[in-house]
Amino acid sequence: MNLFAQQLINGIFIGSVYGLFAIGYTLVFGVLDILNLAHAAVFTLGGLVALWLVQSAEMSIWVAFPLATLFSGILGLIINAVAFVPLRHRPDTYFSGLISSIALAIVFESAAIGIFGARTVRFPISTIAVHIWQIAGVTITSLQIEIVMIAACLMAGLTRFLRRSRSGKAIRAVAENERAARLLGVHVDGIIAFTFFISSALGGAAGILFGLYFGALSPDMGRSIELKGLAVIVLGGMGSIPGAIIGGIAFGLSEVLTVAISGTSNLRDAVAFTVLFAILLLRPSGLFGRRQIRET
Amino acid sequence: MIPMDLNHIFTQFYAVYGSLINFIGINSLLAISLYVTLSAGQLSLGNAAFAGIGGYTAGILTMYLNVPYIVALFAAALMSGAIAMILGFPVLRLRGVFLAIATLAFGEVVRILAINLQITGGAEGLTPIPDKTQAWMIFTALALTGYFMAVLRRSRIGWSFASIREDETAAKAMGINTTWYKTLAFTIGAMIAGLAGAMSAHLNYIITPGEFGFSAAVQLLIFNIVGGTRVWYGPILGAALLTALPEILRGFGVTAGPVRMGVNGFILLMVILFLPNGLVSLFSHNKD
Repeated sequence: MNLFAQQLINGIFIGSVYGLFAIGYTLVFGVLDILNLAHAAVFTLGGLVALWLVQSAEMSIWVAFPLATLFSGILGLIINAVAFVPLRHRPDTYFSGLISSIALAIVFESAAIGIFGARTVRFPISTIAVHIWQIAGVTITSLQIEIVMIAACLMAGLTRFLRRSRSGKAIRAVAENERAARLLGVHVDGIIAFTFFISSALGGAAGILFGLYFGALSPDMGRSIELKGLAVIVLGGMGSIPGAIIGGIAFGLSEVLTVAISGTSNLRDAVAFTVLFAILLLRPSGLFGRRQIRET
Repeated sequence: MIPMDLNHIFTQFYAVYGSLINFIGINSLLAISLYVTLSAGQLSLGNAAFAGIGGYTAGILTMYLNVPYIVALFAAALMSGAIAMILGFPVLRLRGVFLAIATLAFGEVVRILAINLQITGGAEGLTPIPDKTQAWMIFTALALTGYFMAVLRRSRIGWSFASIREDETAAKAMGINTTWYKTLAFTIGAMIAGLAGAMSAHLNYIITPGEFGFSAAVQLLIFNIVGGTRVWYGPILGAALLTALPEILRGFGVTAGPVRMGVNGFILLMVILFLPNGLVSLFSHNKD
C-alpha cells in the first residue's frame, strides 16, 4: 500500500512537469490553431542553458532559473518570427507552420548538440539542497515539493493572468476570433508574439524542472516529452489550460502506475498512447475541449 | 579498352556508394508511400510504422517459415494494407493535425508492441534476416511504383484524391465518396511502406523497433516537403538529396554530426519558407 501511495506521489510530481510543458503547447494551439513542434526543443534548450548558467557561470539555481526561463521566452519570439509570421497568410498555414516548426526544432536541437555536446549532463549535486522526509512510509524530497510548488505557481499565475489582466484578455480575444479582436483594436500580431513568449518560457521552465528532477539532461530529451505533451493536450482538450494541467497529472500517474502494476518499464508509454488513440476516436474534443475537430 | 575501364569505374563506384544508393531507393519508396496519402490531403505520421509492420511480417515469414522472398514481400504489403484499412475507417474522420496525432499514437503503439513481443525479437530487434534484397530489386520496385503513381494521377482515383486535397467538403458535395477514397489513399500508402520496410529488412539483416519511431515518420514528411508534393518524383528527389546529404557534405569537408543535422533543418526551413511546392518547382514551369 505504501508503495502504491509512493507511486501516486511520484506520478503527481512528474505529471506537474508534463502539465507545465503541455500548457505552452496548448496555449499556442488555442490562439493560433497551430501546433508548435519546436516547443520540445525549447524545453531542452531551457534546461541546458540553466545547467550552463549554474555550472559555468556559477550562478545559484534561483538566479539561473528565471534567466533560463527568460531565454526560453526569447526563443519563442524567434520561433514566431521565423517559422510562423512569414507563413501566416498562406492558405495552408496550418500544415506549413507544422513543417517550419519541425525545421526550427531540428536547427535548435543541432545547436544544442553543437554547443553542449551530445552527452548526458547533470546538475552538480550542490545545485539545490535536498532534504528527504519519510511520512507514513512515503518518501518525499524537498526537491519534489519545490518542483510542484514552482509548477503550481506558474500555472496559477498564468490562469490569473489570462482571466484578469488586459493582455490576458486580449490573448483570449484573439483565440476566440482573430478578426473581431483586430476590429476591436487589439494589436493581434503583438499578442501572438507575446503568446509565443509565455508559451516558450513555460516550456523552458518545464525543461529546467525536468532536469532537476531526474538530474540528467541530454539534447534529445525533448523527443519523448514532445509525444507525451501531444498526448496530454489531446487528453485535456486542445486549447484548454485546466485540461492540460489535469491531463499532465493523469499522464504522469498512468506512467508510474503502469510500471508499478506491470512490474516492467517497457509498457510505460503503451497505456498512455492507447488511451490517446481511444480518446481521439471516441471523444476527439478531449475531456475539457470545446472545439469541433471532426469533419462536420 | 574503354568499356573495360567504364565497367571498372562503375564497379568501384558501386563498391563505395552501393549502400548509399540502396538507401536512396528504399527512402524514395518510403517517401512515395507518404506522398500517396498527402496527395489526398491527409497528413499521416504512421507510414514509418507501416514500414515496420511490413519489415517484421516479411522477416518473420522468411526467417521462421522459410517462405520465398517474393511471397514475403507481397505478404508484407498486404499485411500493412489490411491494417491500414482497418485503422483508416475510424481514424480518417479526424482532420489535419488530429489525424497526424492519431497516426503518431498508432506508430508509438506499434513500436511498443515490437519491443514487448517475443516474435519480433524485443528491443534488440529481429535478426538475422536473410539478405535477399539486391539493388535491382529496389529500383525495379521504385520504377513500378513511380509508373503506378503516374497512371494513378491521371485516373479517376487520382482526380478524386486531388479534389479531396483541394476541398473536402466540395468534393463530397460533388458526389465523391470521400471516406472511401481517403481510406484507399491511406491503404495504398501503407502497402508501399510495407513493401519498402520488407525490402529494407532483407537488406540490413535486421529490423529494430527504434527504426520506425517518431523521427522516422517526420523524416518521411521532410523528404516530401523538400522534394515537393505536387508531382510523384518530388518525394524521390527529396529522399535522394537528403539521404545523400551526409556524403555531399563530406565532400565539402563537413563531417560533424550537429552541422549535418543543422543543414538538414535549414534546408527544410528554406524550402517551406521560399519554395512551398518543393525543389521540383525550381525545374518545372507546370504550376498545376
